[in-house]
Amino acid sequence: MDLTNILKELCDASGVSGAECEASAVAAKMLKPYVEEVQIDSFNNVIATVKKADKGQMTLLLDAHIDQIGLIVTAIDDKGFLKVGSCGGVDRRLMLGQQVTILSKERQRGIVCTIPPHLSKEGDSDKVPEIDDIAIDVGLSADKAKEKIALGDRVIIDSLFLTLMENKISAKALDDRAGVASIIKAVSMLKDKRLPCGVSVLFSAEEETGERGAQVAGYNINPDIAVAVDVSFAHTPDADENKCGKLSKGVMIGISPTLDKKISDSFIKISERENIPYQLEVMSGSTGTNADVIGTSRGGVRTGLLSIPLRYMHTPIEVIDLGDVQAVSDLIVKFILSLEEEI
Amino acid sequence: MDIFELIKMLSQADGISGDEGNVRKIIIGRLNELNISYKTDPLGNVIADCKGKKTPDKKLMVCAHMDEVGLIATNVTSDGLIKCSEVGGIDNRVLLGRAVRFYKSGVCGVIGTKAVHQQSNEERGKSVKTQNMFIDIGSSSKENTLKKISLGDSIAFLSEYIELSEDFIASKALDDRVGCALMLKLMENEIMYDTTFVFTVQEEVGTRGAKAAAYSVNPDMAIVVETTTAADISGVSGEKQVCSLGDGPVVSFMDRATIYDKELYTLAFGLAEKIGIPCQTKSMIAGGNDSSAIHVSRGGVRTLAVSLPCRYLHSPSCVIKKDDVKSTYLLLKELISKVHSVN
Repeated sequence: MDLTNILKELCDASGVSGAECEASAVAAKMLKPYVEEVQIDSFNNVIATVKKADKGQMTLLLDAHIDQIGLIVTAIDDKGFLKVGSCGGVDRRLMLGQQVTILSKERQRGIVCTIPPHLSKEGDSDKVPEIDDIAIDVGLSADKAKEKIALGDRVIIDSLFLTLMENKISAKALDDRAGVASIIKAVSMLKDKRLPCGVSVLFSAEEETGERGAQVAGYNINPDIAVAVDVSFAHTPDADENKCGKLSKGVMIGISPTLDKKISDSFIKISERENIPYQLEVMSGSTGTNADVIGTSRGGVRTGLLSIPLRYMHTPIEVIDLGDVQAVSDLIVKFILSLEEEI
Repeated sequence: MDIFELIKMLSQADGISGDEGNVRKIIIGRLNELNISYKTDPLGNVIADCKGKKTPDKKLMVCAHMDEVGLIATNVTSDGLIKCSEVGGIDNRVLLGRAVRFYKSGVCGVIGTKAVHQQSNEERGKSVKTQNMFIDIGSSSKENTLKKISLGDSIAFLSEYIELSEDFIASKALDDRVGCALMLKLMENEIMYDTTFVFTVQEEVGTRGAKAAAYSVNPDMAIVVETTTAADISGVSGEKQVCSLGDGPVVSFMDRATIYDKELYTLAFGLAEKIGIPCQTKSMIAGGNDSSAIHVSRGGVRTLAVSLPCRYLHSPSCVIKKDDVKSTYLLLKELISKVHSVN
């Protein structure tokens, strides 16, 4: 399976936190040929069994979140403009003049209102509106807008899936569809291989609003060990180099007091042995990913974290290097196949 | 040809000030189809002489500008990112988080930012200045970037033409490709009097094309076909709205650069009433257009601007109402027939 095609299909599907149905369905369909069983639960979590654990074997869980950040319609004013709230951590500095899609029953396009420079006063362009202050123009009267759009409908900022230079792509929702893609790819690579453990896959909902999907699904799946795959900061000139990984330099192996030390060590050892490009991401406490909640599920789960370096997180134009996604898939495959010796 | 097909084709073509070739090519193609003679002047203005039923005593020039606002590549950093400057007036807040196209080479890139997670509270509420932005085309080095693009390359917004509803459309560059489309449409049918139609360059960087064209054409009267700032959006009321979509063509008495001919102004409103279309004026003195150069050309030219009300001007997503396109067309047609009656 070609990674670009997987990513394009995943990123084109919509799945703002709490309304992941479309993206979940696409991801479940992609998993289907490689798993024993796949279902979508009431949270829109995709839960799949690649292989049930034989007696005495451990169950390993691979997790990536399926939801993306977005906006949510909170009101429709008397001129038919939509007012919105944020659903996940949106960057309000890039809202004005964006083309958006309202994920209403019938999709509706819109534009985020902005005042043209001809009418602004000096200093206006330094300011950034609060999310409460922005409005979306849908080209409909108030009556028609209320007929077509319901309060609570999610909104995403539109962007095109772009192929950039040097094996890179730009799209919306690569956080964390890139993680989802890396797991789909890994599972496809495991097909017909003898697995030393049970393997389950979770594409979890509501990560961006507080890791809630992984919390409930982690409980239900009840794994022995888990690997969360998310994206992390790749350095850009406006950011602190010490707080970022590097794009195109391979999988970021998480090291943190909250992550299982033996799993982290094993990731490093395997990467060295198999020539998988990697870099270390050291955190001093919680990781801000699903690894945090899966690790404390039920009586505790030994958990590792792999991240794909990504530029421009939480914008409609996130950028990744396909080679970094492949490195994650490769490491997952080798980790699972050598689980007996390693863990 | 359907006017909205024309608007779509023209507005999706890329042509920032000083680099309008793609737009000029479409216009010349259409003029050839219509069998109308034209010439291209040293700056790139297209000057078309359209024969009418009669030859008037006074020479009328009708013009619209071909250029749109955009960016120009000014430097490449050692890690392959591109620095840029605005061409024409752009609110820096409509640049962050967008995709753009270097249209000479067809290379696409994105204007990114460090993640919202890595911004301080102060940073989250402050817009990024254009000089601090960078365009990422996926290249990892200056050398590789310069294989694809050159300093001075023109950069246009990459955004879609959208039908928001039956009544409203959104696209980049509606300012002033709508004017260009209206002029081409006017030339499709026989007009009353010989008229010189001019498609101007470099309006957004100081109405430079119009200055040269007005000198060459040497008209007695001029009608500038434009788009103008409508702020009839959520939270804006009264005169601050400037003009409204759906209320017909905007005929202004004065803007920041021109005081318009009083008789032509009165004639326009009289004709609108006679043919039964809505017509409005601007309730704020703001903006400017090619009139500024034309009305003081040589010994002076009696000048009128007829504009389409347009929201979010100079953003990647301008919005207009279809009814306004139709009524502006009707008013322009009537003006060309009756303008010679003014003493």
